[in-house]
Amino acid sequence: MRGSLLRKNILTALLLAPATLWLVVFLVLPFIAIAIFSVGERAPEGGYQAALTFAQYANLPARATAFWNTMVLAPVGALACLFVAYPVAYYLALRAPQRWRLILLALIVIPFWTSLLMRTYAWMYILGGRGIPALLAYVGIEDLRLINTPGAVLLGIVYGYLPLMILPIYVSLERLDRRLLEASADLGATPLSTFIGVTLRLSLPGVMTGFSLVMILLLGEYLIPTLLGGGKVFFIGNALVDLFLQSRNWPFGSAIAITLVLVSVVVLIVANRISTRLSGARRVDLI
Amino acid sequence: MTAVPDIEFRAVTKRYGAVTAVSGIDLAIPPSAFVALLGPSGCGKTTCLRMIGGFEQPSEGQVLIRGRDMAGTPPYRRPVNMVFQQYALFPHLDVEENISYGLRQARPRLSSREIASRAGEALAMVQLAGYGRRKIHELSGGQQQRVALARALVNKPAVLLLDEPLAALDKKLRTDMQIELQNLQREIGITFVLVTHDQEEALSMSDFVCVMNGGRVVQLGQPSEIYDEPADLFVADFVGKTNLLSGKVAGLSGDLVDVALADGTVIAARKRVPLNRGEAVSVSLRPESLSLSAPGEGSLKGIVRNRIFLGSTAEYAIEVQGIGSLLAKADHLIGQGNLFKPGEPVAIGFAAGAPLAFPQLKNNGTNQREDQHVEILS
Repeated sequence: MRGSLLRKNILTALLLAPATLWLVVFLVLPFIAIAIFSVGERAPEGGYQAALTFAQYANLPARATAFWNTMVLAPVGALACLFVAYPVAYYLALRAPQRWRLILLALIVIPFWTSLLMRTYAWMYILGGRGIPALLAYVGIEDLRLINTPGAVLLGIVYGYLPLMILPIYVSLERLDRRLLEASADLGATPLSTFIGVTLRLSLPGVMTGFSLVMILLLGEYLIPTLLGGGKVFFIGNALVDLFLQSRNWPFGSAIAITLVLVSVVVLIVANRISTRLSGARRVDLI
Repeated sequence: MTAVPDIEFRAVTKRYGAVTAVSGIDLAIPPSAFVALLGPSGCGKTTCLRMIGGFEQPSEGQVLIRGRDMAGTPPYRRPVNMVFQQYALFPHLDVEENISYGLRQARPRLSSREIASRAGEALAMVQLAGYGRRKIHELSGGQQQRVALARALVNKPAVLLLDEPLAALDKKLRTDMQIELQNLQREIGITFVLVTHDQEEALSMSDFVCVMNGGRVVQLGQPSEIYDEPADLFVADFVGKTNLLSGKVAGLSGDLVDVALADGTVIAARKRVPLNRGEAVSVSLRPESLSLSAPGEGSLKGIVRNRIFLGSTAEYAIEVQGIGSLLAKADHLIGQGNLFKPGEPVAIGFAAGAPLAFPQLKNNGTNQREDQHVEILS
């Protein structure tokens, strides 16, 4: 008995080892390093010099604009994704013929196999002077500027992050008990009330998952705004690239990174709270 | 003048692609009755219920509720409410919110005071007063069943539809709920239409049983009619237990036929449909219509193979040479010691008029005839 239990424990440990090792080496250790850097000083020739100071954190307001831009971009981008993704997920889960579902889902995921950078470059050409504006010029619509506008940034973000929003919403809608929709109609609810009171309400956990996922990724996003927005607006992502690779002020970059992580964690906790409360499937005791 | 039926089907057919689920049903359900749609799975009973609820549209024919054609009327505009199989209660709402869901949809809007008081009444009606703030998943199956009932009845529907409402409950609870449903129906006085595959449930609860098979209504009648005077072999076999003996028509005399059984015995049986001399028939004999006695009397002889003593009655499996095993049910009278033992030879008798002769089932499992007609109750 004891022997087999021991063997079971060793087996469990062996199975967990690769993932644990991976997380320690690529997540925990770098995070600790960054945390240590963030209370250090910039060495004269760049990089890190040991110290214990919160000067870097005190200096955060210097990048307030980047923070502010990110704090606008992330929720607005996530919201735009949501509005496009919900109808798609709804159609896939509740309206599409069963045998088409897998194919349609695959079509949504397949673009992910190409790098986001490549796909964003593609949009640069589509929106750029020789793309759609050139086509429109043929039919007489001249001087239409698409690239380097906030609209182009939003388009790029929706395009790039859409699958991450569609999939969790699809899963929650797919799991929805169809008889609840019939019950709602039976009790006199119009299709619109049924949608708001039952479908949307019960898919909120999926919506919150997708929303927080996209929002957290957008907190670190800088590529799409740079390529499609003309690089005129700076985000935290730009600041990090700049501080680590250009001006080599590692401690300040680390302080910004830590702050970003904390913001992400807060977003996750809030989203989780809201979705557990709204789904109502379990009783939640909010202490 | 007869009252307008609460539910009326006029030549209703429902097809799903090449499959015909319901074919040409005419049916009138009288007001204030407890009606059971009874049949094996796939007989079309649930499809009928869903057509009343508006979740399915008939391919042909009309469904009328209180005399109004319901074609094109969506479920949310129909004066009926349904208790769904496994209840379909809203998991994100508590008990009271579930019950008042329908009231909140009413236009013009009801005052919140009225909603609260009607929901409270409905809760009390199903004996769940004080459970209003509970979550659905905190309730037992029986309690969920009551919430589903209250949620439907609080809207004061013209007709309550019940889709296998007791299937998920254990036997004890099921019996309790059967009585409660009957009482509720009498109290409220609206029509209940119950879909079930459980013939005992249909017989015990309803005023009328509508037996369905293969997408058609085979018989509509009071439970005792259905049991005593089954319209055909399917009903005789499906409703209650029966012995089916095959034979051939040897003679005809008025309502009676002489049937020669496989072992050569000729018995007199009543017929429900016209039969021809020489036609292969099945004779239905209810277990309780058989009487056992010591060998010598009776028209059939056999040997007791098995006995199940049930207290007030005893069931015997009796092997009859050339015919097969018959089930007999005998009342047990205390002190009379009238129990036969396995291995004992017995004579089997039956009251005149007990055997019913039917044409044998065709290969497709139905014995429908074109001329078959279902009476509409007044």
